[in-house]
Amino acid sequence: MMEVILNGLVRGACYALVALGYTMVYGILGMINFAHGEVFMIGMFATVFGIGIASTLLPGSIVLSLCLGVTLAIVIASAFGYSNERIAYRRLRGAHIMAPLTSAIGLSIVLQNFIMLSVTKDKIDFPQAQSRFFSENQWEVCAGLSISYLQLLILGASFLVMGILFWVIHRTKLGLAMRAVAQDRTMAQLVGISVNKTITTTFVVGSALAAIAGAMVSMYQGIARFDSGYLMGLKAFTAAVLGGIGNIPGAVLGGFILGLTEDLTSYGVGSDWKNLTTFMILMVVLLVRPRGLLGERTAHKV
Amino acid sequence: MSVPLLELKDLHGGYGASEVLKGVSLEVYSGEIVTLLGGNGAGKTTTLSLIMSIIRPQKGKIIWQGTHLNEGTPDGVLARGIVLCPEARRIFPLMSVEENLKIGAYLLDSRREGEKVEQIFDYFPKLAERKSQLGGTLSGGEQQMLAIGRSLMSEPKLLMLDEPSLGLAPLIVEKIFEILLKINRSGVPILLIEQNARQALKIAHRGYVMVTGTIVHSDTGKNLLESDEVRRAYLGE
Repeated sequence: MMEVILNGLVRGACYALVALGYTMVYGILGMINFAHGEVFMIGMFATVFGIGIASTLLPGSIVLSLCLGVTLAIVIASAFGYSNERIAYRRLRGAHIMAPLTSAIGLSIVLQNFIMLSVTKDKIDFPQAQSRFFSENQWEVCAGLSISYLQLLILGASFLVMGILFWVIHRTKLGLAMRAVAQDRTMAQLVGISVNKTITTTFVVGSALAAIAGAMVSMYQGIARFDSGYLMGLKAFTAAVLGGIGNIPGAVLGGFILGLTEDLTSYGVGSDWKNLTTFMILMVVLLVRPRGLLGERTAHKV
Repeated sequence: MSVPLLELKDLHGGYGASEVLKGVSLEVYSGEIVTLLGGNGAGKTTTLSLIMSIIRPQKGKIIWQGTHLNEGTPDGVLARGIVLCPEARRIFPLMSVEENLKIGAYLLDSRREGEKVEQIFDYFPKLAERKSQLGGTLSGGEQQMLAIGRSLMSEPKLLMLDEPSLGLAPLIVEKIFEILLKINRSGVPILLIEQNARQALKIAHRGYVMVTGTIVHSDTGKNLLESDEVRRAYLGE
């Protein structure tokens, strides 16, 4: 049972990282970036290729090549996030909400097919040498519960990254600008914030988080495929809505709830049931709390 | 009083093809409080939007300290020392009072932020009490004080206010105008847009009256306050 919960937490951490990207973009632009799942998938591919290149150039150094792979994934996914905003969304900012939404769906299909045609339509394997060390070693917490180094790595890295994100949002000038643009774009401009730059940065930060999730999931599952971002994207979006779209802690909460639900269902009922249960829960939560668990935060008079 | 700080020369502008301003000329000299009066739709807010480079003039010039402002951006105009405290206050509702103030100094070096926040608290002690409360939970009067405080954080050389009395109780309006006078005496020139003409003219050195995009009167605050025409049209007498 403890192990099921642990698996759920690991899965949830990955959902949470991707959900943060959805919720940040929604918070600042009021749109759902449906191509975000593809940025995650590109992160997976870039990690695998990055490790491949790094371990050819620097044979023998497992940890270094892993780090270089993840770094490359962050750089490439951020570049995609940046250009997605510039190419597919910026000009549509004043348009009806359906325009950027449709553009996002189109972009998602374009990116999937681009990877399928330009790289491969088959799955690619995560380099064994890098994952073996982490998946074969484990830490025995107590009798009956042991955590693999890989799970530890995923949980640790996720919490670290989320911690950094919260710090940036609440303690830095960039975070102040992001919150200002999300709350009142006109006023943000009047205090001297460059709205365009802030929106682009939001896309880049969200994409970097998706890339980190992509690196971790590809390592955990051992494979990546051009359509790996599809279900991940939908589920992370679900997690963001579950927690309250636009709400940063909500995305983290939603991610963990989703991950735990899936693993508990797989354990208790059977893994065929996990998607059905997950989305049923989403629907019930939304019927009771249409704004999600934590809601879009609004200020109340005291 | 020789060279104006801000000078609008035959300014035309509006939104899209529509021309809201049809040739506006006005000046603000250093040390002054100048008020721009007029009814709804006269073009007062449009004038401020043009000065802030939120919209581009169709014709005419905006001259600031002797140089043109026409092709700027809002952050560029702010960096040159003009700040706009906009209509309806526009407090960031989910930021604390302190954050709302600090963001006013976004373009400046953040090292002196704390010191400047303390100065604002001297003007508005009420804000100090509510330092960590969210902006959206303040009353209308407190929000207006916060909006003015936020504008001052950028250390402006000209403070422009768009209807600071809007929707506030008379007693609070009086208090806010008192503070505006105090701010002006500390050396900040003010361009004040108001529908509450009586209050505005009481503190203004000079005033302009605007009707459908043109200036129809300009005189000292005292003379405008005593002018029959202005009294009839704007003071409801």
